[in-house]
Amino acid sequence: MNEQLEANAEDVLADAHSWRAAGKSVAVATVVTTWGSSPRPVGSQLAVDSDGLMTGSVSGGCIEGAVVTQAMEVMEDGTPRLLDFGVTDAQAWEVGLACGGKVQVFVERLD
Amino acid sequence: MQQATLSQILDDRAARRPVVLATNLESGDEKILYPIDGDEQSDLVTEAAAAIHADKSRTVETAEGPVFLHVFNPPLRMILIGAVHISQPLARMAALAGYEVVVVDPRRAFASAARFPGVEVRTDWPDEALEDLAPNLRTAVVTLTHDPKLDDPALHVALRSDAFYIGSLGSKKTHRTRVERLTEAGFDENTIGRILGPVGLSIGATSPAEIAVAILAQITDVLRHQGA
Repeated sequence: MNEQLEANAEDVLADAHSWRAAGKSVAVATVVTTWGSSPRPVGSQLAVDSDGLMTGSVSGGCIEGAVVTQAMEVMEDGTPRLLDFGVTDAQAWEVGLACGGKVQVFVERLD
Repeated sequence: MQQATLSQILDDRAARRPVVLATNLESGDEKILYPIDGDEQSDLVTEAAAAIHADKSRTVETAEGPVFLHVFNPPLRMILIGAVHISQPLARMAALAGYEVVVVDPRRAFASAARFPGVEVRTDWPDEALEDLAPNLRTAVVTLTHDPKLDDPALHVALRSDAFYIGSLGSKKTHRTRVERLTEAGFDENTIGRILGPVGLSIGATSPAEIAVAILAQITDVLRHQGA
């Protein structure tokens, strides 16, 4: 099981690499900090291409939509962004971290 | 992230090199650090080495702003010297716990594939096998043959490696004589002290599977508590 999970974690970067090599725009999102309970540990990654194709995850699915929206902008302007998600965030109801934890996600373009 | 950086990380991973990708969260500037294999020294490299040992990525504050240290460790491996009865349950449990398992025993009657389905079994001499497998800080080595002419050559290689765990099956008396032999072979007390023997946590294990539990629990303890 664990081996499978690790293999999945590795596939995110391998996928991102092959998408970029195929000429697509790609952004990589990484969980860089967590507070309290959070569904995915620090270092978890999500890659997304300009068509919205995703691989990996940065949460149990609750913030991926918001991260992908930001990732599209990062692909456009190339400026990395540090995103905060958590119960104290005004967006909490929309992006809802149901577990009540907080996460910080770094989104950057693969150049 | 630069494509070249990503390629390098994928190459390092394939080569089983432990690396840390340091990314400045304000500027996006990045650098791959080699805290174990490299000779660069800085506060950041020291932090990165600690992160590798703890197997935990984390953000650190620097004069240039917050820097995320992303640990890319090679997969965990467990090398079992001796295709003995205890090795059978231990190999299966270790695989479940996420280890790549290699069993080494030059005695072909023991080292049959039928006894170890799905596990890599090697029949070369333990020291040659270990030299070839090159234990690193993500490798546990356990000697289980009870036979000094098989266990000792493996220990000689393991003690010169960065293996995070070295354990040897045998009673306290057996371990005392093992320590004497290794001392004669020129290993100092601190180095020999890396060997955990009698192997495994003291949980009253008697059956081979129970002893395997005791060993895997001890390996987990060393893995998760060291450097954390």
